[in-house]
Amino acid sequence: MTATAVKQATVTQSRQAPTGQKLCSKTDLVAFSGVAAWLETPQGPTQVALFYLPGFERELYAIDHHDPFSNANVIAHGIVGDIQGAAVVASPIYKQHFRLEDGQCVEDDSVKLATWKVSFKGADVWIEE
Amino acid sequence: MSITSKRNVIIIGNGMVGHHLVEQLVENGALSQMNVTVFGEERHRAYDRVHLSEYFKGRDAEALALCDGDYYASHGVTFNSSEAVISINRAAKTLATERGNYAYDHLVLATGSYPFVPPIPGNDREGCLVYRTLDDLDAIREAAQSAATGVVVGGGLLGLEAANALRGLNLETAVIEFAPRLMPMQVDSEGGELLREKIEALGVQVLTERATQRIEDGAASRHRMVFQDDKILETDLIVFSAGIRPRDQLARECGLEIGERGGVVINDQCQTSDPAILAIGEVALWNQSIFGLVAPGYQMAKTALSTLTDGDASFAGADMSTKLKLLGVDVGSIGDAHGNQNPGARMFRYLDPLTQIYRKMVVSSDGKKLLGAMLVGDNSVYDTLLQYYANGIELPKEPASLILPQSGAAPALGPDALPETAMICSCHNVTKASICATIDAGASDLGAVKSNTRASTGCGGCASLLKSVVDHELAARGVEVDKSICEHFQHTRQELYDIVRVEGIKTFSELIEKHGAPSTHHLGCDICKPAVGSILASCFNEPITDAAHIPLQDTNDTFMANMQKNGTYSVVPRIAGGEITPDKLVVLGQVAQKYGLYSKITGGQRIDLFGARLEDLPEIWGELIEAGFETGHAYGKSLRTVKSCVGSTWCRYGVQDSVGMAIKLENRYKGLRAPHKIKFGVSGCTRECAEAQSKDIGIIATENGWNLYVCGNGGMRPRHAELFATDLDDEALYRTIDRFLMFYVRTADRLQRTSVWRENLEGGLEYLKEVILDDSLGMGDELERQMQTVVDNYQCEWAGAISDPDKLKRFRSYVNDSRPDPSIIMTSERGQLRPA
Ligand SMILES: Cc1cc2nc3c(=O)[nH]c(=O)nc-3n(C[C@H](O)[C@H](O)[C@H](O)COP(=O)(O)OP(=O)(O)OC[C@H]3O[C@@H](n4cnc5c(N)ncnc54)[C@H](O)[C@@H]3O)c2cc1C
Ligand code: SF4
Repeated sequence: MTATAVKQATVTQSRQAPTGQKLCSKTDLVAFSGVAAWLETPQGPTQVALFYLPGFERELYAIDHHDPFSNANVIAHGIVGDIQGAAVVASPIYKQHFRLEDGQCVEDDSVKLATWKVSFKGADVWIEE
Repeated sequence: MSITSKRNVIIIGNGMVGHHLVEQLVENGALSQMNVTVFGEERHRAYDRVHLSEYFKGRDAEALALCDGDYYASHGVTFNSSEAVISINRAAKTLATERGNYAYDHLVLATGSYPFVPPIPGNDREGCLVYRTLDDLDAIREAAQSAATGVVVGGGLLGLEAANALRGLNLETAVIEFAPRLMPMQVDSEGGELLREKIEALGVQVLTERATQRIEDGAASRHRMVFQDDKILETDLIVFSAGIRPRDQLARECGLEIGERGGVVINDQCQTSDPAILAIGEVALWNQSIFGLVAPGYQMAKTALSTLTDGDASFAGADMSTKLKLLGVDVGSIGDAHGNQNPGARMFRYLDPLTQIYRKMVVSSDGKKLLGAMLVGDNSVYDTLLQYYANGIELPKEPASLILPQSGAAPALGPDALPETAMICSCHNVTKASICATIDAGASDLGAVKSNTRASTGCGGCASLLKSVVDHELAARGVEVDKSICEHFQHTRQELYDIVRVEGIKTFSELIEKHGAPSTHHLGCDICKPAVGSILASCFNEPITDAAHIPLQDTNDTFMANMQKNGTYSVVPRIAGGEITPDKLVVLGQVAQKYGLYSKITGGQRIDLFGARLEDLPEIWGELIEAGFETGHAYGKSLRTVKSCVGSTWCRYGVQDSVGMAIKLENRYKGLRAPHKIKFGVSGCTRECAEAQSKDIGIIATENGWNLYVCGNGGMRPRHAELFATDLDDEALYRTIDRFLMFYVRTADRLQRTSVWRENLEGGLEYLKEVILDDSLGMGDELERQMQTVVDNYQCEWAGAISDPDKLKRFRSYVNDSRPDPSIIMTSERGQLRPA
């Protein structure tokens, strides 16, 4: 591998949970793929990737849109899949996989993306308190 | 141990061996006992000198570096680059550089060697260079720009490598050797003669038994070299490669024991005559020998680690067997290759003047042991011979069978015949036993074995042997070598392709439901989804932006643009054959101005616009399509460009209309999705200005029609396309290309270019000709029909996307806000924007 992604020294483990917030509506989502949205947090605005897997046990995931390996905001544009039993997204730049459930990077134990609780309220997508 | 304060260890020289010592210290936890400081005279941190020549093939200093930029700092090792040590004061235990004095408890000399430049008057003229460091190569590259011819002084291993580099820089090249033959150290006169023939056939002039007397101003070229008999040779550039000399000056000046012909004398612990000072690598002289290879240097580094940490390892010499490809010619030398160190030894020789292969074995007088061997022209038996030699395996009854041509494949000493102690990778000291151990500990494929043992990560010479040992050991443990594309399908790409065609499957979800591996969640992954997406497109050519296909695509295909490193995208409209009207040129300029896009003319004869934001893409494409442009598929594994020269319309040499043909071809195959990208070139005559022979499909005009070349490649590993068919008329040309491309699409692996596919194709070019030209499989019609389906179903994906509001929704950076991504920051350079 030539992609010697310079890891940031510290990787956010979990951000302080924001208060309940509507992000977008269900029709904004793309089935089996991701879209990005802004989320207001006490630390300022941040970018979230929303993944929608209709028909699966868990249909909706919210995970950090920022890719720590390339330092670009691209996670929502990655390909969704399952690896060793867990739903994952592959970074479109250097192809590391992140578990949608908890943000854990499959290739590198020391890297974990922030994740949020997210659900449908009627036709809307909400990040929970 | 009773260490109260940490010892200061200083390493002089940050070459391959000095760096290896640092790695050894890190990996063995020795840094807890010592502060380590490294001085390197070069600007660059340690790099792979063995593969130095790849610098000319596009591997830059960063790619050649032996470690990450922060490796030293992150392990607390102080590294001072561009800081040469100028003297050592042994009494005070200090050393001096231009920047200051430093105290040491232990010192390690890893200063390597320098290229010997013979004392010829004029050897210091401008354009007289050497071949050892990255800076040397920069100097050669620069000098070559204004040169037409080049000479290498010295016909040894490194000299031939330098000659190859000069050739690659498009210089007319000659090699001058003082001895009566090339590579006098490694080969005998028969081998040398063969080598000369092969190298001359490549267009490199070989002059042996030439001693240069002086170098002076040339008449036609920059320099004139005058030889012993007053013969002369004129040239613009000279590279000296007349051997290497140990860089022992520091050691000399501080009174360490030096060998008669140079080199710092060391004992089995790598200590010099002053036990506080060690020497390793090419500067060290052990048992009267200098070792000019990296593997023995690494052994010395390991020994030095042991000595510095009070261990008891010792250096016991090293095998100097080598296997090389010089100017494309295989040369191998094992043990006592000349047979002059073993009185009574018997020689076996095999010489085939037709295929130009020479093999020689030196065998013990009782015929039982291999003492040495020499190979020229073909190294296929090297690995086997080396194992006989290195492990003292008893030879077969008729030793000659090992070097005689076989009707089948080369006589391999099967991996099972190797003893446990057999050394597989000598760079990293990996034996068969340690490979077995790591497999038993859970390594289940070649990659895992490599990363656990580091086997084959040094000079790489053992790659094929390692693979056969690993495959064999895995098979012996009942592990099947798995060819599945990924965990979701137990099929190869070819099998999936056939399933899709035969069953008429049109979506990924249908395919994975019917044929996916049962154990997974049927979501697929970033390996199988794009592969299936490409297969579906090759078969049915439905828009990749359709809802069912969107989740399959790599980002580039999803947004029909190439994502750049800062998250912006490029916009590349098709400019078929490189022909464009002034009106369209104006539109490109206007669009670039309006959206602040960086513009660049590419090697594929079109114009790339960089730096577009996701949300601007639809509007940009709207304006381009309005002006008559269509997508260029620069993002897809599909037909990219058909490059052409101006041909008979404008050029006085042209014999056919190459531009017209290029446009027809580009319009015919645009939109074809394939295992990898495909490039074409069309030249109007044999002068080949369009460089068609470096393309997947190359077409060169003849008086009577077109010659077709296939499976060429530029890039990292260039490959000339091979002549496939001659004097085709237009119709026959389309038909042949239809069949060829569809056959490639059907049978190649994912992400396999035509060149690699061709190299792996059993039966090679002949087989391919039979299938395509003679229709030996009877599938010619079907292949043509399939291509026609693709051609008929072509539509511009961008035109489809901007007229569909649902598809347009995807081109928003954020679904709940129109604010642009604040992390994209541009700055201006040479009048354009680029990522900050
Ligand atoms: C073109 C080429 C091809 C080769 N191919 C092969 C091959 O196929 N297989 C193989 O086994 N070997 C090959 N070699 C040889 C191999 O590169 C060397 O054996 C190896 O690099 C030796 O390592 P070293 O650390 O001893 O010396 P070097 O790699 O030369 O490093 C010594 C370093 O010390 C620095 N230095 C010297 N003096 C001072 C000072 N006073 N202060 C500070 N720094 C100093 C030098 O600048 C240099 O960077 C090849 C060499 C070349 C040039
Ligand atoms: S390849 Fe031939 S026809 Fe084309 S530009 Fe060159 S010389 Fe002219």
